[in-house]
Amino acid sequence: MTRFRTYHEVEHDTGSQLLEQVLEQRVRMNDRLAKVRAVVAVASGKGGVGKSAVTANLAATLASRGYRVGVVDADLNGPSIARMLGASGSSLGDTPEGVAPAVGVEGIRVISMELLQEADDTPLRWREPSGHASIWQSSVEVSALREFLADVLWGELDFLLVDVPPGTDKITRLLELVPTLPGMLVVTTPGEGARTVVARSLRLVQDAGIPVIGLVANMAGYLCPDCGTRHELFPGDAPAELSRRFDVPIWAEIPFAPAVGQATERGRPWVLDAPGGEVTDAFDALATRLATQLFPEGEP
Amino acid sequence: MKFLCVPCDDVMAFSERHLPGDGTMAAVFECPGCGREMALLTNPMETQFVSTMGVKVGGREVPLQPMETVRGALDEAREEVFVEPSGSQDPRPGAVVWTEAAVSRLQSVPSFVRGMVKRIYTDYAREHGISTISPEVMDRARTDLGLEGM
Repeated sequence: MTRFRTYHEVEHDTGSQLLEQVLEQRVRMNDRLAKVRAVVAVASGKGGVGKSAVTANLAATLASRGYRVGVVDADLNGPSIARMLGASGSSLGDTPEGVAPAVGVEGIRVISMELLQEADDTPLRWREPSGHASIWQSSVEVSALREFLADVLWGELDFLLVDVPPGTDKITRLLELVPTLPGMLVVTTPGEGARTVVARSLRLVQDAGIPVIGLVANMAGYLCPDCGTRHELFPGDAPAELSRRFDVPIWAEIPFAPAVGQATERGRPWVLDAPGGEVTDAFDALATRLATQLFPEGEP
Repeated sequence: MKFLCVPCDDVMAFSERHLPGDGTMAAVFECPGCGREMALLTNPMETQFVSTMGVKVGGREVPLQPMETVRGALDEAREEVFVEPSGSQDPRPGAVVWTEAAVSRLQSVPSFVRGMVKRIYTDYAREHGISTISPEVMDRARTDLGLEGM
């Protein structure tokens, strides 16, 4: 049998320039994000816990305090952030240096697949030459997310929030693109179903060595729209259990109130028009905690 | 990915890329020792797989464009979402003029990728000292740059 050198024994470059191009992509990403003080992921692993609404209201809270905020909607298949931030239907500036993002409420810069698709009922589909889309679909979606981060003219930002879709693999995907992610908010609801999934996510992000991790207990009770009393919504104590088990602080407990969801769904995050009240106070606390942890030197 | 010429024990060097237009790709590699050539042939799925990584075998003829992968791969994209900022002028010297026929042909390109395609043709003209872009120049650029469907 012929003995020939293996891949690692061959040092000579083939001239295919594949590695060079991958490195160029990384340089492009690093250059773009160099003007962003902190990229913060809002993730959970679990679906339906309100990550996007938390992202939108947190972005609005931070922007209303004078921080420069951008939001990447990493949920390519179920985008909602552009709508929640009042940026639906916006055009995107096309320049050789990059794509100018849409601008939503409070000047928040936004990129979302929703802005790029034909209609609000258009499913995410990629042009496939010969079927077998499942083989390369993940690759194209990673590229799309990379382009959202690296090819958008974010300018100088204090916070670039990334709304991460359900699935721990989506957290891994983001970490591969931004391995030095400085902060992550992990959203959970009180119930047992969320606890087990969110535990996996917390283990993942702790193993990744993300320096700042905060837990957000969303839908922590139900606020009666008539009397304002808080009732139990999901039985369970997942946030406290997760906090103890992973030694991660709970940064906010946000009650569920139908009006919050309705306002945010209409493109006007609740916190902008409802000063005071349990929900707005919770987002205020969350914004303060996040800013304090990431920018200990103070307000913008 | 490397190709080794077993008799010479030399790494074969990338030589050229062909895109015949049917979604397939041929990349030719040559042994620097014996000169033997071989072609890597990829089917449309394999070609797409490489493309989705935002890289091109053998390197790029044109610079990486903003949101190139999304624009090239997204189906049912929204028309007219990308707009040239008003009052934006290409700051580089050497103005390039588009003939009416070239403009008309450019209009037939979906708006989702039109700005990107326009930049590629403009850069090509500038780099080749061409002051007027006509359909013929577009054809030549397409061939030279290996641009499919532009």
